[in-house]
Amino acid sequence: MTKGTMNRRHALKLGLAGAGGAVAIPFFARNGLAAEPIKLGSLLDGTGALGLEGKRMIETTEYTVELLNKAGGLLGRPIKLIAYDTQSNMQLYTQYAQTLALKDKVDVIQGGITSASREAIRPIFGRSKTLYFYNTQYEGGVCDRNVFCTGSTPAQTVNHIVDYALKNWGKKAYIVAADYNYGHITASWMTKFMKDGGGSVAGTDFFPLDVTNFSSAISRIQQAQPEIVLSALVGANHSGFYRQWDAAGMKGKIPMGASVFGLGDELTTMDTSTTNGILTCYGWYNDLDTPASKAFVAGMQAKFGADVTDLSELDTATYEGIMFWAEGVKKAGSIERDAVVAALESGISIDSPTGKVTMDPGTHHTIRNTYLARPKDRKWEQLATFPDSFPADTGGACDLVKNPRMNKQFTPDLKG
Amino acid sequence: MDLAGLLTFNVLTGIATLVLITLGLGVIYGMMRIINLAHGEFMMLGAYTAVMANGAGVNIWIAMLVLPPLVVGAVGLILERTVIRFLYGRMMDTMLATWGISLGLIGLITTLYGNVVRGVSTPVGSFEIGRYGASLYSLVIVATALAVLTGMFLLLRMTKFGLILRATMQNPRMAAAMGVSPDRIYMATFGLGAALAGLAGGVLAPISGVSPSMGAAYISRAFITVLGGGPAIVTGTGLASSVFGVINELVSFRTTPVIGDVALLVAAILLIRVLPQGITGRYLRRSL
Repeated sequence: MTKGTMNRRHALKLGLAGAGGAVAIPFFARNGLAAEPIKLGSLLDGTGALGLEGKRMIETTEYTVELLNKAGGLLGRPIKLIAYDTQSNMQLYTQYAQTLALKDKVDVIQGGITSASREAIRPIFGRSKTLYFYNTQYEGGVCDRNVFCTGSTPAQTVNHIVDYALKNWGKKAYIVAADYNYGHITASWMTKFMKDGGGSVAGTDFFPLDVTNFSSAISRIQQAQPEIVLSALVGANHSGFYRQWDAAGMKGKIPMGASVFGLGDELTTMDTSTTNGILTCYGWYNDLDTPASKAFVAGMQAKFGADVTDLSELDTATYEGIMFWAEGVKKAGSIERDAVVAALESGISIDSPTGKVTMDPGTHHTIRNTYLARPKDRKWEQLATFPDSFPADTGGACDLVKNPRMNKQFTPDLKG
Repeated sequence: MDLAGLLTFNVLTGIATLVLITLGLGVIYGMMRIINLAHGEFMMLGAYTAVMANGAGVNIWIAMLVLPPLVVGAVGLILERTVIRFLYGRMMDTMLATWGISLGLIGLITTLYGNVVRGVSTPVGSFEIGRYGASLYSLVIVATALAVLTGMFLLLRMTKFGLILRATMQNPRMAAAMGVSPDRIYMATFGLGAALAGLAGGVLAPISGVSPSMGAAYISRAFITVLGGGPAIVTGTGLASSVFGVINELVSFRTTPVIGDVALLVAAILLIRVLPQGITGRYLRRSL
């Protein structure tokens, strides 16, 4: 057709590219970091109801990216952090997720706090084929080749809380949980673990995140007379439950285990009479006595001030999410999604503040140490360590190496 | 029997909580026809006053019951002078203005103290109803609510200020002709409403998570109760709180807090359908 023009344009382009390359060469040669940066997108709630947790996760993201850049970046290229504050607002999650994937065209996304937010953005990154890391302890079971989850899951944590409760406290439990997917699925896990251990569940109550008055719930619990209370309550308003439980004098009568208690600043802002003794199990505690753990806390405090005393598993998981991705990129020698996923599925491990963490190729979850602890006078009293806990939440049904097209979230089977 | 005792106690607490969170709004809306969307944030300021004062070593009772109404009342006066007084009689404009104030206060407190959950410990312990434990602090809430209702009644009925206040609300021009300055009375009323909201925040601080956005959890229930109560502030608030409190607590106990809230809303809709002016719009019209 218009071959002549095509050729002329082609030649012009080639010439320009050549000239550009010649100009650029000295820069590349002088300093590898002048290369085009790799873009890391972050979606976290820095403000709003989840701002308390999100703020530290944002700081951890900045800290970790800075660590990587100080060490020379990845593949000789610096990492550029593109972060949006989702303001604890689901609508902003989907909006910014689109922006990150389609406009900013980032190479990887790290973020999401609540399970509701994860489920809102997960399909968006699936469609845009943008690699996604979800770095929060959560209800487990997500099986999606595009997603890696670095937080601990019920099979690694709640399981141990229930075990301890069944051995030391009694056989009959009452469950209180937040009324959204995290609370419902975690409550199902609690029920399953209780039944598997020979216990029973006297009742389960769900509370929307804006409930502040728990007097009727506390009466119902008292009426059911359980020997254990298991809590999967979430957020600022729900912290009132622990206060009202203590105020009703129930604290000394029925012991409690909780799945997300203490991830925020509960230990520093609540009265010790309220917090003492609430059993928790996480992948990390901020006073864990290992050199790597201490170095992480010291590094964060050096960057963000000495008042960073409320770091939690959410922050180490964020650190691990970024470091796993970096490790995958290094091993793949590329930032292409499929190459990085393949590298991450080769069974790589990193040393993190929480100990040695291995990415399980089949489930895209981490094999990690978890720890059982309870608050004692604003400190964590360590009770037990469970080395190399396996994320067994999918019951062996999720194998992304064999079935890469699988995309679902497994929930506990209560009939079995 | 023990359970009945505990339930009665919970219902009383529920009613008292509603009275506390509603009365301040009732004064501002019921008397001045200003839809104060910053009501929840006034409560939040009260709660922060209690937490901060307690942290600074002030006696817990003073920090909870005395300082919050004073501080928030003062804030209310300032806001009335600087914003609200220009908007009397313009309902939509006051809604927008108070909504702006509400966002501003949330932002201010977040900037000053951070978006964290704070709290003070409850100053009193617990007691037993048969084999059930209950919080002694709930008695404090009930007592405060009773005291506030009685105080408001006495203020409106027995004092000269109350008389002038009622007269101004009924007919400001006539009151002005009698030598009263409606401007000042409006100012005082707004301050009083703010102070009551502050008190509610202070009293509820020990049993709730105190955070900049805590007001949102209370405001809808407060509005529903004010509308259900109707024009007589003291009687209306008391009656509507009793109806809604009983329904909410009992249904919550039988089912879940979600259904409890649904029941409260259904009851409110039915009530407004049958009595569009609220309970005191039809019955006890001459009450306060």
